[in-house]
Amino acid sequence: MALHPRAASVPAGTPTKITQGSGTRGGIGESTLRPDGTLKVTGEFAYSSDMWHEDMLWGHTLRSTVAHAEIRSIDIGEAVATPGVYAVLTYDDLPAEMKNYGLEIQDTPVLAHGKVRHHGEPVALVAADHPETARRAAAKIKIDYAGLPVITDEASATAPDAVLVHEGRTDHHAGHVPHPNIVHRQPIIRGDADAAAERADVIVTGDYVFGMQDQAFLGPESGLALPSEDGGVELYVATQWLHSDLRQIAPVLGLPEDKVRMTLSGVGGAFGGREDLSMQIHACLLALRTGKPVKMVYNRFESFFGHVHRHPAKLHYEHGATRDGKLTHMKCRIVLDGGAYASASPAVVGNASSLAVGPYAVEDVDIEAIALYSNNPPCGAMRGFGAVQACFAYEAQMDKLAAALDMDPVELRQLNAMEQGTLLPTGQPVDSPAPVAELLRRVKARPLPPEQQWLAAGAEGDSVDVRALPGGLSNTTHGEGVVRGVGYAVGLKNVGFSEGFDDYSTARVRMEVINGEPVATVHTAMAEVGQGGVTVHAQIARTELGVNQVTIHPADTQVGSAGSTSASRQTYVTGGAVKNSCEAVREQVLEIGRRRFGSYHPAWATAELLLEGGKVVTDGGEVLASLADVLEDETVDVELEWRHRPTEPFDLRTGQGNGHVQYSFAAHRAVVEVDTELGLVKVIELACAQDVGKALNPLSVVGQIQGGTTQGLGVAVMEEIIVDPKTAKVRNPSFTDYLIPTILDTPAIPVDVLELADDHAPYGLRGIGEAPTLSSTPAVLAAIRNATGLELNRTPVRPEHITGT
Amino acid sequence: MDFLRPASWEEALAAKAEHPTAVPIAGGTDVMVEINFDHRRPGHLMDLNRIGELSEWQVGPDTVRLGASVPYSAVMKHLRAELPGLALASHTVASPQIRNRGGVGGNLGTASPAGDAHPALLAAGAEVEAASVRGTRMIPIDDFYTGVKRNALAPDELIRAVHIKKADGPQQYSKVGTRNAMVIAVCAFGLALHPGTRTVRTGIGSAAPTPVRAKEAEAFLGAALEEGGFWESGKIITPSVAKQFAQLAAGACNPIDDVRGTAAYRRHAVGIMARRTLGWTWEQYRGAGRTLEGAA
Amino acid sequence: MRVNFTVNGRKQEADDVWEGESLLYVLRERMGLPGSKNACEQGECGSCTVRLDGVPVCSCLVAAGQAEGREVVTVEGLADYARHRDDAHPGTGCAAGACGTSLDAAQRWQARPADGRSAEAAELSPVQQAFIDAGAVQCGFCTPGLLVAADELLEAQPSPSDEDIREALSGNLCRCTGYEKILDAVRLAAARQEEAVR
Repeated sequence: MALHPRAASVPAGTPTKITQGSGTRGGIGESTLRPDGTLKVTGEFAYSSDMWHEDMLWGHTLRSTVAHAEIRSIDIGEAVATPGVYAVLTYDDLPAEMKNYGLEIQDTPVLAHGKVRHHGEPVALVAADHPETARRAAAKIKIDYAGLPVITDEASATAPDAVLVHEGRTDHHAGHVPHPNIVHRQPIIRGDADAAAERADVIVTGDYVFGMQDQAFLGPESGLALPSEDGGVELYVATQWLHSDLRQIAPVLGLPEDKVRMTLSGVGGAFGGREDLSMQIHACLLALRTGKPVKMVYNRFESFFGHVHRHPAKLHYEHGATRDGKLTHMKCRIVLDGGAYASASPAVVGNASSLAVGPYAVEDVDIEAIALYSNNPPCGAMRGFGAVQACFAYEAQMDKLAAALDMDPVELRQLNAMEQGTLLPTGQPVDSPAPVAELLRRVKARPLPPEQQWLAAGAEGDSVDVRALPGGLSNTTHGEGVVRGVGYAVGLKNVGFSEGFDDYSTARVRMEVINGEPVATVHTAMAEVGQGGVTVHAQIARTELGVNQVTIHPADTQVGSAGSTSASRQTYVTGGAVKNSCEAVREQVLEIGRRRFGSYHPAWATAELLLEGGKVVTDGGEVLASLADVLEDETVDVELEWRHRPTEPFDLRTGQGNGHVQYSFAAHRAVVEVDTELGLVKVIELACAQDVGKALNPLSVVGQIQGGTTQGLGVAVMEEIIVDPKTAKVRNPSFTDYLIPTILDTPAIPVDVLELADDHAPYGLRGIGEAPTLSSTPAVLAAIRNATGLELNRTPVRPEHITGT
Repeated sequence: MDFLRPASWEEALAAKAEHPTAVPIAGGTDVMVEINFDHRRPGHLMDLNRIGELSEWQVGPDTVRLGASVPYSAVMKHLRAELPGLALASHTVASPQIRNRGGVGGNLGTASPAGDAHPALLAAGAEVEAASVRGTRMIPIDDFYTGVKRNALAPDELIRAVHIKKADGPQQYSKVGTRNAMVIAVCAFGLALHPGTRTVRTGIGSAAPTPVRAKEAEAFLGAALEEGGFWESGKIITPSVAKQFAQLAAGACNPIDDVRGTAAYRRHAVGIMARRTLGWTWEQYRGAGRTLEGAA
Repeated sequence: MRVNFTVNGRKQEADDVWEGESLLYVLRERMGLPGSKNACEQGECGSCTVRLDGVPVCSCLVAAGQAEGREVVTVEGLADYARHRDDAHPGTGCAAGACGTSLDAAQRWQARPADGRSAEAAELSPVQQAFIDAGAVQCGFCTPGLLVAADELLEAQPSPSDEDIREALSGNLCRCTGYEKILDAVRLAAARQEEAVR
């Protein structure tokens, strides 16, 4: 085997040390293109609703039409007798002892038993040869409901004679909540807020309302279940966490986990809405009962009932400050409405409470956050997870405080901004860079967009381009009543699962030689939901293994859990696992190399060895061998779990504890034009500055930040699930009346990315997906307040809030 | 469900007479939503797409005879000069994809108070050409809307065309929605100046059980313009007149609270739009109007 | 009922179609063309956008029977459609309406059956390639509808302004990207097409 001379000559005395991955193209830090991009643009990428199988049946769910009622009887006779129907299932058909599921508390019935607790709760299932047959059969199922009192808010939930949404709770929160209709309560007490308040020159309070937002992912809930010959089942589904699903599905089917074989099919977005099960168990039940493949696809109407929403919230806040602008204390009470089933409510409470102060340094705090059980639609994970609601409130407060102190709102924030070393209200220090003041400085420093852009267009001096005005082509104004506003906000989000949760991921990495080329295969169970994890895994493998050819194996349950694609954690934790497994592979490859070629060159024993460009090289750049020669027919195959540093629970009385893994910061500036007479808002720019630690893929990073920013814009001006306050029924379960931003509603979204490394994280990276959903909403609200002078304590803002009519 | 595909207008009429409950479908932008969401299962679905003449229009001396299935995109592209209010209204419909399929005939057939075309038709003046095997009749637009999603058609009738008065003066149309595309009107307002007859006509959408005109407002304005000699002088309309007009327009509403907006807001918004559209059309009449980009 | 129509240049037939099915359902569930998507089935998202006789429409709102005898182009046929357009009508597109295919062009133009392997070898249309290059694809569920709409925009308006692009794509929802990179992609495709024509 020939030895290659050193490639480049260098001036004497200049160090030429290279580091692992620095010489390989397509590694971390580059904007490499998605590996699934071609399939997605040719329409050949298989999403869960694209699944198809010879002989398959269609499954359909019959859901309750009322929010809270006893089920007196269910008559499925006519439905069963319908030609083309293969099965009709109710609670009585559940095959095992386990009848419920749930992320933390297994309080959710697979099919309703004896009562329904929310509008749209699943009651029966039908499998038939055509979706229309299934629908018509379902319509023949007769259910006799006897209405029960409906719980719709804190007052009705905690009244002394309140009906209990869940009788006989045995979960681990039941013991410490003041009422059984409260899922979880987390107080955080630090210092003495009342005493500190005495020092304040100014105190501002506010009552804020955050509406129920929906994830509105475009790919409908869907999947295909195939019964296996061994009595098990194969399931192809779009989800956020295969293994969490598996853990809940198998017991209900009465099967061991290894007989439920799950493969991730293409996911059309998630944003928290796929953390809970939707049709997984239902499709499996029908497939096992009928012995045939069963496909289930929710239409958009059903989708609004088929997944949890973001917790609507009522927040009461008090801030105090001395005349110089320094915060003295903060008190708040946050009431989240969790709806009929617990889902992720306890964790959302933990987030909302621990992040309730925001990115500010305050020593004396008194915080309380609770989540209610009610008969409203169940709520759970949505991007931002409790921190969004808190940010809306504390940023409104900061503007109120600035006005009361006659201070610039950005300066007030910068004066109180968190820094590295600041303690959270839980006592946990922020032990990585916290560039809060700098992020604000950057968005503020941007030149503002030109005024009255609707006049700029056109050759003649007096042309108006309505497309630059609120209302746009709907032609509501030609400039009359339009006032500009500018607003700022900054937010604090945690990254990862908290409060002592054993949050880990698993990565299997294999290296082998195929056709003379070293190829790496990365296999994780990570759910790619659009965020670009598959791209990043390939980049990590290229960087850590010095190879160009990387194959990403489809995600399935044949490899260990990757944890949830949520909490902004995947690049950190599964990326960390991939990096870790690659390092182990690298070590093994080098061992093989030493075994084979150690006697050929002393550097094998003495130098630091790296893998670069398909070769083993020293850190001085000397090539020792090609990977093809090192491996030959051998395969190196490593599957390892990887954990980040552990966290602690929050004390149930004081809220103290090092509960979070990492923190993430973003700031926004919003520029709006408001038609003050009609109350219509056009956001013309929503600029963001965010610290991402290390941008593993800059193109993806910016895309994620722009996407999160837009979801925040949506809940500022148009998105809300409207629930009837008397009946707890959903009034707008469709895209006709649940409005998400179109391209005519979104502004320019310039993004400023900072990379201040967090040394505790792989590559110094920070999780990024959620932070932009926090500060975008309050920035838009602040801008509308700036334009109108109105208090506006509620989001989304509706036209009548602005016009006062 | 049976799927009927008449090849000619006569076949369509015969089929409708034989199956009065057959639901005609042209652009499909209302009917298919109902079918996809299991809100409707007609015994017969009657596709009108094979009947080419329904997608044609003829420009006459006083009116445009607009075939029932002419898509909104064609109205926007080809009839901006003759039917400016309707062209503006067409541009506010949903999305490009919907505008390529949906048309005024379907809007009239559905007769939703939120239908985008109705305020423009009311403001311009129009007649609906309704036909059956029994013959053809012209239904004045003012008599067409009979209730919430109800119209004056007999069960065996189909809409062949709409005869819309060509503009003899400036027209405007404005639609309030909480999003800039694909939005059902919270309320809408159409206004047309008719210097030929020295009248002003209006149309209000989504603020009453049916699309309505603001007749009191029209009468008041007509009289005020006449009295003040505004038509001849072309001078700016007195603010108090504009204000009164707007108040009367708001008063013509009979709105409800629903998920899209409140009754109070709708009344308020209609008043604002009445004032603004009057201003824009009058400026245009005076010759001082600003040219508008972006097709408005 | 039975329906017959042309999809991506190839005659297709579907049998036993329920009369209430949409064109979208027939394409996805009967013709093996799931590229057009079913995000809402109520005409409010554009994910089902196809060209019907050249015109972009929501296929969820076209009854299956209404497609009888007509020509449909889906995302699966977009690359071929673009290639045909460049060959047969370079610089002008099929928009003129009189899209007669010369015998020579017809002999060279074949619809490619949708199978996973050919995707890698297939040459993408400019707008498809631009979406990939500009980072406009995240989950990708909105992508097919956007591609059909954007392709038609660039055919009709080779140099659209940002306002023109926004208006043309106003019927296509995206939940992941915030639309910025989608705008980048359309601008990129327009610029590349301009280069190619020159």
